[in-house]
Amino acid sequence: MSIDRNLIKDYAIRLGDDSVVLGHRLSEWCRNGPFLEEDLALTNVALDYIGRARMFYCYAAQLADDGSTEDSYAYLRDCRDYRNLLIYELPRGDFAFTMARQYLADEYNLAFTEALVGSADETLAAIADKAVKEGRYHLRRSLDWMLRLGDGTEESHDRLQRAVDDLWGYTAEFFAMDQLDQQMSDAGIGVDVAGLEAGWRERVSATLMDATLDVPKADWSVTGGREGIHTESLGHMLSDMQFMQRAYPGLKW
Amino acid sequence: MVAADTSASQFIPVIPQQEHERRTRRKVSPDSDLWDLLDVVHDPEIPALSLWDLGVLQNVERRDGTVVVTMTPTYSGCPAVRVMAEDVETALMNAGFESVLVEVRLSPAWTTDWLSAAARDQLKGYGIAPPGETAQEDVLCPLCSSAETRLISEFGSTACKALYKCNSCLEPFDYFKSI
Repeated sequence: MSIDRNLIKDYAIRLGDDSVVLGHRLSEWCRNGPFLEEDLALTNVALDYIGRARMFYCYAAQLADDGSTEDSYAYLRDCRDYRNLLIYELPRGDFAFTMARQYLADEYNLAFTEALVGSADETLAAIADKAVKEGRYHLRRSLDWMLRLGDGTEESHDRLQRAVDDLWGYTAEFFAMDQLDQQMSDAGIGVDVAGLEAGWRERVSATLMDATLDVPKADWSVTGGREGIHTESLGHMLSDMQFMQRAYPGLKW
Repeated sequence: MVAADTSASQFIPVIPQQEHERRTRRKVSPDSDLWDLLDVVHDPEIPALSLWDLGVLQNVERRDGTVVVTMTPTYSGCPAVRVMAEDVETALMNAGFESVLVEVRLSPAWTTDWLSAAARDQLKGYGIAPPGETAQEDVLCPLCSSAETRLISEFGSTACKALYKCNSCLEPFDYFKSI
């Protein structure tokens, strides 16, 4: 079955958007980490995500063949053009919030990229192959922090529980299939994200219990990122991330 | 598996298939002068290793008057990749090659399995604990060889390293992560 390369381009862009937005949120910790080693870890993970975004965007630009570049995708599109999942754009919050988001995302992204390795699209499969190896390290670290903070002091436990509660309604979007997801999945190119949900819930619930945390009730959820409907946070983030190219168009290092 | 002597039933694979192919490419290459030239290009962040030792340098060939160099990056966001590409171009241009193209190849993904035994020794000599053969091995202190070490941080000074400390000699050190 042949598939419109424009659709693959859109798919690569949304995966690039996920990576660049989460990567940027992590990079905001640079020199703000709780201690030096953690500062290094947060920024190293940020680098992996930004590197991943570059690969997805470069591939999209190649498919688009309309003069778009990795930079134009990252720096010259407005909020409504971004197709990232909402959970990635939320402000970094305190360290508990950042690590809770990272853990939930790491569990998801590892499963996602493991599935994408089997993509019929060679480039997407190659990017995923790279990401899987990095993802295992990301997860090892964020899982460790869940246990340390959750089963730590009363203060760390309460802050982490609050973070998990505040994030929970955003996790439904991980597994929501829109038309593009469905087309990509049917063509053997993309991932059937709905199929990842059961395993994710099982692993995350086990971790939360180990960390002496409650699994929140699934009584609210928010979606919209894949349609370009975002929280107010993305605009603020982009105004910072895109400042240089907006103020000095075409500026190069 | 390395292309083995099939009569040897006791064959033990020591080099991954892709690494064997990479070494064969160099061995049979008509452009051995180019490969040798690039031996002077080292990892900017781990100067103990050349791009060849590191497994990043995948191929060099002459294509219609252009020298085409193929590299496989270590990590997605490794900032050193750009410097490596520039250093490769500089080395070739200094040797009189005016047209140089550096291509990046992602698949198969780079792995520490591609580090040769010599490269591991070089790392150790440089004070970095080399990656083990499996993911969950003991990390030996590169200074006193003690196995009594502990992890300080999953991430270190570069994307490819983690921070450890030796409980025997008390020195902190970098560990080259196994991926």
